[in-house]
Amino acid sequence: MKGPFCLSFTRSAQVLGTVLVALASDFVHAAPSPEEMWEIIQQQQKTIEELKTRLESTQESVRVTQKKVKTTEQKVEATADAIETVPRGASWADKTRVGGYGELHYNNLDNDFTGTEKDEVDFHRFVLYFGHDFTDRFRFFSELELEHALTGEGEEGEVELEQAWVEFDVFDSHRLRAGLDLIPVGIINPTHEPPTFFGVERNPVETNIIPTTWWEAGLGAIGEIAPGWNYDLVLHSGLETDTAGPDAFLIRPGRNKVSEASADDGATTGRIRYTGYPGLELGFSGQYQSDLTQGAAGIDATLFEGHVDFRKGGWGLRALAARWDLDEGTTGLGPESGPSPGRDEQWGWYIEPSYRFDLAGLIPGELGIFVRYNQYDNNAGVDRDTEREQVDVGFNYWPHPDIVFKFDVQEQFGDSEANDDDGFNLGVGYQF
Amino acid sequence: MAFPRTLAFLALATIALSAHSAAQGIYQTPEDFLREAFAGAPPEPSKLWIDEKLKPGIRAILEHDLDVLRLRYWGKDGRTAWILEEIGKERPITTGIVIHRGAIERIKILVFRESRGWEVRYPFFTDQFTGATLGTGQQLDRDIDGISGATLSVRALTKVARLALLLHAHSDFADGKQ
Repeated sequence: MKGPFCLSFTRSAQVLGTVLVALASDFVHAAPSPEEMWEIIQQQQKTIEELKTRLESTQESVRVTQKKVKTTEQKVEATADAIETVPRGASWADKTRVGGYGELHYNNLDNDFTGTEKDEVDFHRFVLYFGHDFTDRFRFFSELELEHALTGEGEEGEVELEQAWVEFDVFDSHRLRAGLDLIPVGIINPTHEPPTFFGVERNPVETNIIPTTWWEAGLGAIGEIAPGWNYDLVLHSGLETDTAGPDAFLIRPGRNKVSEASADDGATTGRIRYTGYPGLELGFSGQYQSDLTQGAAGIDATLFEGHVDFRKGGWGLRALAARWDLDEGTTGLGPESGPSPGRDEQWGWYIEPSYRFDLAGLIPGELGIFVRYNQYDNNAGVDRDTEREQVDVGFNYWPHPDIVFKFDVQEQFGDSEANDDDGFNLGVGYQF
Repeated sequence: MAFPRTLAFLALATIALSAHSAAQGIYQTPEDFLREAFAGAPPEPSKLWIDEKLKPGIRAILEHDLDVLRLRYWGKDGRTAWILEEIGKERPITTGIVIHRGAIERIKILVFRESRGWEVRYPFFTDQFTGATLGTGQQLDRDIDGISGATLSVRALTKVARLALLLHAHSDFADGKQ
């Protein structure tokens, strides 16, 4: 072939041949020789061996670490066991408890009839509890009180031992208690820590008819007879009322407080309580004393009391009624016809609705408002009106369940305007 | 003089009775409680460490720290059981509590040592807790009506109920952890 086409083809073939030769030459030079291949395999084998050794070492480390972790866990558990089982303090301290309560009052009361004023601040009660467990079944409890802050000649205060008893479990839910104890009557007498009741001062019915705080020496049985039904039965020392003077046959001044007290005539008190519904307590109690004057006038006396204490949600209701009946005795100048006639019957009652609510969102704690109507009569045996009335309205504020601030306004009406003290009271109390 | 003689006689009778008295206040053993809680087959106990994350919540509920480093509990299928103690007025009350999926399923007083307030052990009181959960401020989502004269026992029981709900939420059996 001749011409341009033939020339072009020839050149192309020459170029292609040159390229193929070059490629073949590179291939021949890049392919490893068998010796080189052997060397490569040797190096790879060495790498594999090294990795295998490292893996085994890592696995061994993991095994050692796991063992150490397990050992450490065991040591930590053993240490925790040892710490938790180390006795904390002496054994008597573990079995001994301290508690208490207190209340500071401010009273601002006026009597328009007599023109007298009471503008007074008083640390009314400072109380310490001490309790001790001898064993799981034998225990001791006491309550020591300082009233009105200061004692001594000419001072208003007193140091009083209000409880000091030993108790032991006899059978399941039945206990025996011996010593000096609170009389199981009413609402306030058994439970009188300030955060547990409304009003700065205790209500006048459970002051003048049930002489709260009322304690005697004796021996009692306490227990449960059915779910929600509880009983108390106590044989104890009795009251000793005056037989002459302004306090003749009055109940409250008749407390001997177990201080070298006459023990000629004791008394028996029984109480049944029903608490079988949440928030409810129904209580009934009775007392008999063969001679309220401890041999001076032969006056036997009975006390009957009943109460309800109910709280559902924020709503609360307390109501109580109590009555003493005293016979005339042997002297002819007894409570019916003696120096203060009419004291053969002494009674009182009160009712106290309340509402307690949370203050969350405003300030911490709870606020409770209440109103209480009280009526009582220590000379009810005479034909004329001798009863006294008192209305209390106020609030409690609990910033913590065991701390309370109180305010109330009181208005008294009575057999005589000379007895009407009206005004307001402030208080702060605590328990622990 | 009849009264002192009567007292003396009763004191002697008391001493005689006490010599034959039985232990009281134990209403159920923890073992029986756990058997009831887990249909006769309680699981192996687990332990919850009281760490720094848990301590503030416990202190807020009990108003004191727990006196242990960790608590033993029993858990299975979203249900945990706790045996807890808290002092009422003077003495510890031992309580068994079962929590299921964040709510109280059962609460039972196992040992009651206080001098009063033993009514808290009855179902008419403890049934109030059934179904309760923790609401705002680690409070129960409902009011618990108390027992007159047993305020501190009621308060102690309410505290351990709240505590068990808190502990359950930090356990390995809380919702979302299984």
